[in-house]
Amino acid sequence: MKNLAARVPWTLVVFLLALTIPWLGGRYYTFLATQIVIYALFALSLNLLLGVTGLVSFGHVAYFGIGAYFCGILMKTLGVPFFIAFPAAGLGTGLFALVFGYFCVRLTKIYFAMLTLAFSQIVWAICFKWNDVTGGDQGLPDVPFPDLHWIASLPGFSHFRIGDQFYFLALVLVMLCVAALRRLQSSPFGRVLTTIRENRERAAFVGVNVRRYELAAFTVAGIFAGFSGALFGIFNRGVFADYVFWSKSADVMIMTILGGMNHFWGPAVGAAVLTILNQQITSYTEYWPFVLGTILVLLLFVFPGGIMGALDAGWTRLRHRRSNA
Amino acid sequence: MLEVTKLGKSFSGFVAVGDVSFTVETQQIAAVIGPNGAGKSTLFNLITGHLPPDSGSVVLDGRDITGIQPHKICGLGLGRSFQRTNIFPRLTVFENVQAAYLVHRGRGRDFWSRAESFYRDETAVLLASIGLQGRESTVAGTLSYGNQKQLELGLALASDPALLLLDEPTAGMSASETHDTIALIEKIASERALTLLFTEHDMEVVFQIAQKIAVLHQGRLIADGDPAEVRADPEVRRVYLGEH
Repeated sequence: MKNLAARVPWTLVVFLLALTIPWLGGRYYTFLATQIVIYALFALSLNLLLGVTGLVSFGHVAYFGIGAYFCGILMKTLGVPFFIAFPAAGLGTGLFALVFGYFCVRLTKIYFAMLTLAFSQIVWAICFKWNDVTGGDQGLPDVPFPDLHWIASLPGFSHFRIGDQFYFLALVLVMLCVAALRRLQSSPFGRVLTTIRENRERAAFVGVNVRRYELAAFTVAGIFAGFSGALFGIFNRGVFADYVFWSKSADVMIMTILGGMNHFWGPAVGAAVLTILNQQITSYTEYWPFVLGTILVLLLFVFPGGIMGALDAGWTRLRHRRSNA
Repeated sequence: MLEVTKLGKSFSGFVAVGDVSFTVETQQIAAVIGPNGAGKSTLFNLITGHLPPDSGSVVLDGRDITGIQPHKICGLGLGRSFQRTNIFPRLTVFENVQAAYLVHRGRGRDFWSRAESFYRDETAVLLASIGLQGRESTVAGTLSYGNQKQLELGLALASDPALLLLDEPTAGMSASETHDTIALIEKIASERALTLLFTEHDMEVVFQIAQKIAVLHQGRLIADGDPAEVRADPEVRRVYLGEH
């Protein structure tokens, strides 16, 4: 059975299922799905550090924010079309991650975490104050939508509004990024990153240049966070300083742990569950943080492997029972 | 093969290793012995770059390696095992050794191919030679203590070392495990023409396989020679072999 599960091209299956949402649901569901897709990429990019390399970054939001501003400034201020601004935002963010990461990987454990947090607060302060470029506390409203009218000319897509069109675009771009991340994690490079997570000392003494690999992972994670931020800015029709605020680093970390950082799809599942719960529960009660806290406590004590870890364990138990029967 | 000259290291005034010099010849099996706290592990960490020495030098095969980073030293043909077992616990046995091959053969920068297809044969051969055939898909952290020590030896061997440093290879083992491990190490050393430097608390093991023994006491070298010489040395008998 396990072989069967391994042979399913999950990226493709997830993509096809997600593609049907604008047909099945209304505008609200498409809106929610867009948000989930973007956050899923953000959480997956964090997990390259957290779950794969074993680096706890408290400042991952910096790269989400830089990507959002990069793309927003290019498109709004400079009038650059989306298909150039989007890749440029990712690469530009990667450059920032490379520079910040150069200093961060010199430290380990809590000191590494604190330095990533410090850099993200510096980025936030600059975004908040540099009025001429970032719009300061007013942010950058009215980032233009990419020109997606061509989607309406595809057969079967003619009745979709601009929100649905953007969802299709975001879904395709995120899925390409996810496929690349998945490939990366099962490559020799990805395997080396896991040896650092498992045992830095031993990794160094099979010949791994630990800092250099950590810097590479940090940069790649920054690039993909930048892509997700770029999409988020357009999705929200504007880029604002609170995208870079440190509490968002905690949100994305909660998504990753909730979904399960030992499983490739865990962070994406966490992003979906947390986004949906947030929407549902805030419509009943204003005590969402209380509910979230309770969920987290339960999770850490009952399912330390997150949702995917719990599903995995349940599946294994089921198979055992069946083979014993 | 290995030349240690006047190596010294202090920790806030406490001399852990002081002025230690010795050499290991190519294909020799050499041991460093001494009571707990004599500085054996510190000496190893100085040689393998885990600690920077305060003074002295380490020369490997004519090349000065004093104070350079562990991953570079590893690339120059020095492999080591650690006293506390040091493996990748949540990877499988196969993945542990294969990862070491990926790194050593310079494949680590490949971010597009599938990792599992590389060095399958080499990994299988190496696992068989250290007695772990059939355990390929076992998660390394769930192996027995003795098997984990074997796996760690495998990690060290995957980088094709000429000189292998083993820090207490039989620590915590039963008598029969110790016997098997020593037999395995001897077999591998002769098959691969390795030079071996190890620390060990079990004197029987040391005098059984070592061709040369260096004795550390309170960070200083008090004897250095072949087993018969060391056994006869009055200083060694006094401080270490427990005779007064």
